[in-house]
Amino acid sequence: MLRFVRMPQYVLTGALALLFLFPLLWASYASVSPQPGTAQTKGFGFANYETLANYQAGIGQYLLNSTLVSAMTVLFTLGVATFGGYAFAMFKFPGRNVLFLVTLAILMVPYATLLIPLYVLLNQLGLQNSLFGLALVLTMFQLPFAVFMMRISFEAIPKDLKESAEVDGCGSFRALTHILMPAVKPGLITVGLFAFLAAWNDFITPLVLISDSEKLPLPLAVANMRQQVMGIVDYGATEAGVVVLALPCIVLFLALQRHYVRGFMSGALKG
Amino acid sequence: MKPTKRRSEKGWVYAMPTAVFVLLFFVVPIIIVARMSVSDWGLFAGDQGWNAPENYQDVLDDRLLWPAVWFTLKYTVVTTVILLALALGLALLVQESTRWTGFLRTSFLIPSALGLASASLLFYALYSPQSSPLDFFGPVSFLGTPGKALWSTVALIVWRFAGFYMLLLLVGLQGISADVYEAARLDGANRWHTFRYVTLPLLKSSIALCTILCVTGSLLAFDQFYILTKGGPDNSTITIVQLVYNMAFQGQNNLGRAAALSILILVALLVLNALQFRGLRDKES
Repeated sequence: MLRFVRMPQYVLTGALALLFLFPLLWASYASVSPQPGTAQTKGFGFANYETLANYQAGIGQYLLNSTLVSAMTVLFTLGVATFGGYAFAMFKFPGRNVLFLVTLAILMVPYATLLIPLYVLLNQLGLQNSLFGLALVLTMFQLPFAVFMMRISFEAIPKDLKESAEVDGCGSFRALTHILMPAVKPGLITVGLFAFLAAWNDFITPLVLISDSEKLPLPLAVANMRQQVMGIVDYGATEAGVVVLALPCIVLFLALQRHYVRGFMSGALKG
Repeated sequence: MKPTKRRSEKGWVYAMPTAVFVLLFFVVPIIIVARMSVSDWGLFAGDQGWNAPENYQDVLDDRLLWPAVWFTLKYTVVTTVILLALALGLALLVQESTRWTGFLRTSFLIPSALGLASASLLFYALYSPQSSPLDFFGPVSFLGTPGKALWSTVALIVWRFAGFYMLLLLVGLQGISADVYEAARLDGANRWHTFRYVTLPLLKSSIALCTILCVTGSLLAFDQFYILTKGGPDNSTITIVQLVYNMAFQGQNNLGRAAALSILILVALLVLNALQFRGLRDKES
């Protein structure tokens, strides 16, 4: 009986869900379907992906660039934010509040405002046009969210666990790595996932900081590709590019969904 | 207990990487950008010395400035209102946890996994007359006029971000205890009254967070317009950040002028955020 009453609701909400899924489903379908003006004109196949693979330095190079930048950003962000969150949550030291507020203030400053001086600064540091320099800048942009998240994660650890870590007599570093890190795993996963997504997808930072076309990350390479085929846009290759860009993000997002929702919730409970 | 001094030293050791990053890549750049804004600083020529207040003068005289400011504000208001209303609706829809709402949540959230640039590229293809699957109404132009370009971009942003704001609001919804709803039910409140007088007030801080994020994000919009409309048609969709980018790296190659505009944006944003925080605090007390 109840089921019957709820039927229209299922249909409506199902249609809404489909509306959200439609663009992605369409892009995946369109990237392999025949279309005039693309590499794939007859029948279904992967010719658009071949176009993509052979574009300039080759998709392999761009994928490698994106992977390197993302891996470095995730690594730096996790390292810096774990220590930082631990410091802010567990220790009292002079300048603690100021440093925390200045870290959060990064959120208030537009990317563009920082990218112009960073372009000059990285030149002076000899990091212009380098994936390493790009990863350092992307890490800085991640810090407000990451440090905040790790701080509330460490603060949410039950008191007796903290005390047992202190009573154990092991140093604060061992306490961190052996006892406290496992307790903040949802926070670490959330921070890592968001750092990856941000680094993999960032557009304006490499647009400003990277000028060497061999070193472009994938989103920029795909965006550039649109404009270069004699002024005619190859939509098939663009769709294929979107699929390649989106796939790792969606897979990670779905695989880790339970963890980061928990990460968010633990933050919410703290108010 | 360990002596306080040792603990405070240890605190600094752990905070050191954060401090180094913040100092080198945030504080120093802010100082540089302030310097640049009062200097004649070309993209290739470098620092040519003090010229204040010429950069600020040039920015205010730029004929694209006020249209860009106006367009950015319009875009921000439209996006924030639509996005938050939809996100709240979605959050209420998937509040209970059943298998079906789990599926719905995931469907709404999936676009949030995409980068803004990827989403823009996707909609670029989706909107193009050549490849669009939406042409069963006959030939449609999604980006042809200023109005259409704005609404088409808003549709892209709503699609990309609705799930994300839904998640934030959902976290807030789950923080409301069942007792409160029970009490409202016992008082004979209907669904609308419960929503209006129980859910909405208790959700205020989550809504405030979403509003601040959405307003700030929209004011600084860049990727979507750079990829989807390239500022067109007729420069009608140039945002402020695009103007900064154009001044610095396209055509003018004037870092000093771009720095001056960046400083103006920063000040405007700080004032706006201060006002928003103040408004929220006043309401709470």
